[in-house]
Amino acid sequence: MSLNILNVFLADDDEDDRWLFEQALSQLKIKTSLALFKNGKEIMDYLKQVEHIPHIIFLDLNMPIKNGMECLLELRKDPNLKKIPVAIYSTSSSEEDIENTFINGANIYINKPNSFAALKEVVDKVLQLNWQYHTSNLSRDNYLFRI
Amino acid sequence: MKIYVSFDFNITRNVILKEQLDKLGVSFVINNAKEITINDTLTPEQELKLKTSLQKYGVTIIDNQTTEIVQRIKDTINEMLEDEDAKLIKVSSYLADKLNYSYAYLSNLFSENTYTSIENFVILKKVDYAKELIANTDLTLTEISYKLNYSSVAHLSAQFKKTTGLTPSGFQKIIKKRKTFNANN
Repeated sequence: MSLNILNVFLADDDEDDRWLFEQALSQLKIKTSLALFKNGKEIMDYLKQVEHIPHIIFLDLNMPIKNGMECLLELRKDPNLKKIPVAIYSTSSSEEDIENTFINGANIYINKPNSFAALKEVVDKVLQLNWQYHTSNLSRDNYLFRI
Repeated sequence: MKIYVSFDFNITRNVILKEQLDKLGVSFVINNAKEITINDTLTPEQELKLKTSLQKYGVTIIDNQTTEIVQRIKDTINEMLEDEDAKLIKVSSYLADKLNYSYAYLSNLFSENTYTSIENFVILKKVDYAKELIANTDLTLTEISYKLNYSSVAHLSAQFKKTTGLTPSGFQKIIKKRKTFNANN
């Protein structure tokens, strides 16, 4: 296998959810390196001074200090960060929330699964998709999936 | 004064490659735009020399043959989707025919190197093409399904929904709103 490592960032205020995500990621075939953040402010502060931007960012919607939607809007306004694929990772399944995240520039909307097996499957699917977008000639403007 | 130039890229390419390969004193055949057969094995020094000398012409030697074949599979899939005459041909025969390898070999190599299968990639690519047409043209879903060789609108919609989690009309609505949002911000 000659595949590169995917650089993944996750911001989620729930410690258990962060841990589960890390476990799920470590069990996948796709090779990743993961950075975890406790809220939107932490991840945005880090992104503003980081040298290598990640291949994908997972954002929880409901977080203290700075929520996922605020991060998304900031990312899309920043010339250096606007192209990073963003997956919104949330328990909300309100159609309005989902539509708004897409309009504001999210690429993927994930309903947080309620079992570990389902979580693994979902994360795997997202990373595979992201890999294709990263390595193939697919349209970034239309990079839109609900999983 | 101004002078005007025009290039024959085939000649340009062959002259560049020939000059640089001749310098190494090896015998070779330029097979096509992307492939050269060298009748000896290059020493690491020769390889480095060739790489450096070609680099200033913007020519890159692709190290990994596998990566190159994967890229050619993807390119050929793109060509196929845009080729009106290829509508009735199976992806497997088309790829095997164009790339001159057995489909079993291509299929294994692709799966081992991309985290997906050729079949899934074709679906993703077709849906991406459909998205492009929905977002940027006035084509109806019937016209798009014909263009992308789906048997019916229902078939296109089902594959679209299964792949993206969105219906074609839901996708269209979001893209329109996003464009308005971006224009106002």
